[in-house]
Amino acid sequence: MTKQQANWSPYDNNGGSCVAIAGADYCVIAADTRMSTGYSILTREYSKICKLAEKSVMASSGFQADVKALQKHLAARHLIYQHQHNKHMSCPAMAQLLSNTLYYKRFFPYYAFNVLGGLDSEGKGCVYTYDAVGSYERVGYSAQGSGSTLIMPFLDNQLKSPSPLLLPAQDAVTPLSELEAVDLIKTVFASATERDIYTGDKLEIVVLNADGIRREYMELRKD
Amino acid sequence: MGIRAILSSHLPNGQFGRHSLCLAAVGREIMKLDTSGLESAASLFGASSELFDGFATAPSFELPVTNDFDGFQKEAIQMVKPAKGTTTLAFIFKEGVMVAADSRASMGGYISSQSVKKIIEINPYMLGTMAGGAADCQFWHRNLGIKCRLHELANKRRISVTGASKLLANILYSYRGMGLSVGTMIAGWDETGPGLYYVDSEGGRLKGTRFSVGSGSPYAYGVLDSGYRYDLSIEEAAELARRAIYHATFRDGASGGVASVYYVGPNGWKKLSGDDVGELHYKYYPVMPSTVEQEMVEVSGA
Repeated sequence: MTKQQANWSPYDNNGGSCVAIAGADYCVIAADTRMSTGYSILTREYSKICKLAEKSVMASSGFQADVKALQKHLAARHLIYQHQHNKHMSCPAMAQLLSNTLYYKRFFPYYAFNVLGGLDSEGKGCVYTYDAVGSYERVGYSAQGSGSTLIMPFLDNQLKSPSPLLLPAQDAVTPLSELEAVDLIKTVFASATERDIYTGDKLEIVVLNADGIRREYMELRKD
Repeated sequence: MGIRAILSSHLPNGQFGRHSLCLAAVGREIMKLDTSGLESAASLFGASSELFDGFATAPSFELPVTNDFDGFQKEAIQMVKPAKGTTTLAFIFKEGVMVAADSRASMGGYISSQSVKKIIEINPYMLGTMAGGAADCQFWHRNLGIKCRLHELANKRRISVTGASKLLANILYSYRGMGLSVGTMIAGWDETGPGLYYVDSEGGRLKGTRFSVGSGSPYAYGVLDSGYRYDLSIEEAAELARRAIYHATFRDGASGGVASVYYVGPNGWKKLSGDDVGELHYKYYPVMPSTVEQEMVEVSGA
């Protein structure tokens, strides 16, 4: 008797791409707004970006139901932190919280590929990139989602900085200005939209800097 | 307690009972400190018992409701594709312990990162290496660091390498069969001198003097075993470790990035070097200008 395979899976992939770039005093987080299932588009205007704290913004692609549950969980934990410590969580603290939250579901993972961007306690931009079970790393830029394999090589070419593991240490700040970084993001998404069926419709860009948060939109190809 | 004193001075003894109980209860309410703010959210995850008993319990994980746990894990891991593929090595020599690793993380055929920290600093005198699932190694090494610190606070002395590796091995054994992927070496210096243990997610724990773990380990072993002597100096040992990692990254596609070398001595660990393996290649095998036999010339015109 052959083993019975499950004919229902608790997971689905809603596609999409997310990118974040860290600068000397800013951070840009962007994601497309298409939500799909299989070959169908569910909606063209779904935001994958969520503001978790004053200086931390998360963008997630993958299974949006898991993403929504994860965002709610983190928002609740942040509220508890604020009550207990009388201040907002810093971005590095939120990064560790996200990692632990993902790992606690190690045996029934959140199908979410996250990228967390923000400003650290010195005001410098920081980007943290995750896998679905919580392993994370602070980087200068990152892409996740269905278009990540198309986007990452281009960002490596434009932004590649010396590895933080090198000794003697070499300075790894992205030399781009805020406007140049936003422009790069727009270019990158326009290209990814051409070759990835799950990326397109509209691009949502969030820019975090010392003055606060700014949101921008750009139309992408809808086919 | 002051409220009770005032109360007893104004009411006759008979009436003391009920009212005072209420007010004493109120008195107690006022005296009692509200410590709910000090409880960390860790108690939500069942880790609070760590503070009360010597045997720290592992965090509790929610499990999927399914008949076929193994099949589900297989599918989940396929979908999640955690980062693995690596080369790490460590060996004991006369001066202490030398630990080295590459920095590449691969997800299937895609390189997800070239700058992963695979040598984890558990505390100032103990290091752990990462091979297997990146999230598993990161989480459990951090958990081990917490347990080592709690041991220090409870016993007023540092934990031994033997003890730390045993703590980790016991935790991993309890999750045996559930799909964790951890192949780690715990290297440190304690009261008995240098210590090195290999611990994995099958529950294995081995004491030894030379280990290499990961997809690139066969290549690293070749270089390490042929060059090893107990009485190497620190520079020679570091160069041996660096070469072994370089050769492994040369032949193994899943290893690459930056070769980091750490030394653990009586005063704790120290990072000795971090070199890009691409640059190491040209350092070990520099391009020699060779004599040209035939030289092509530009042909002008059609």
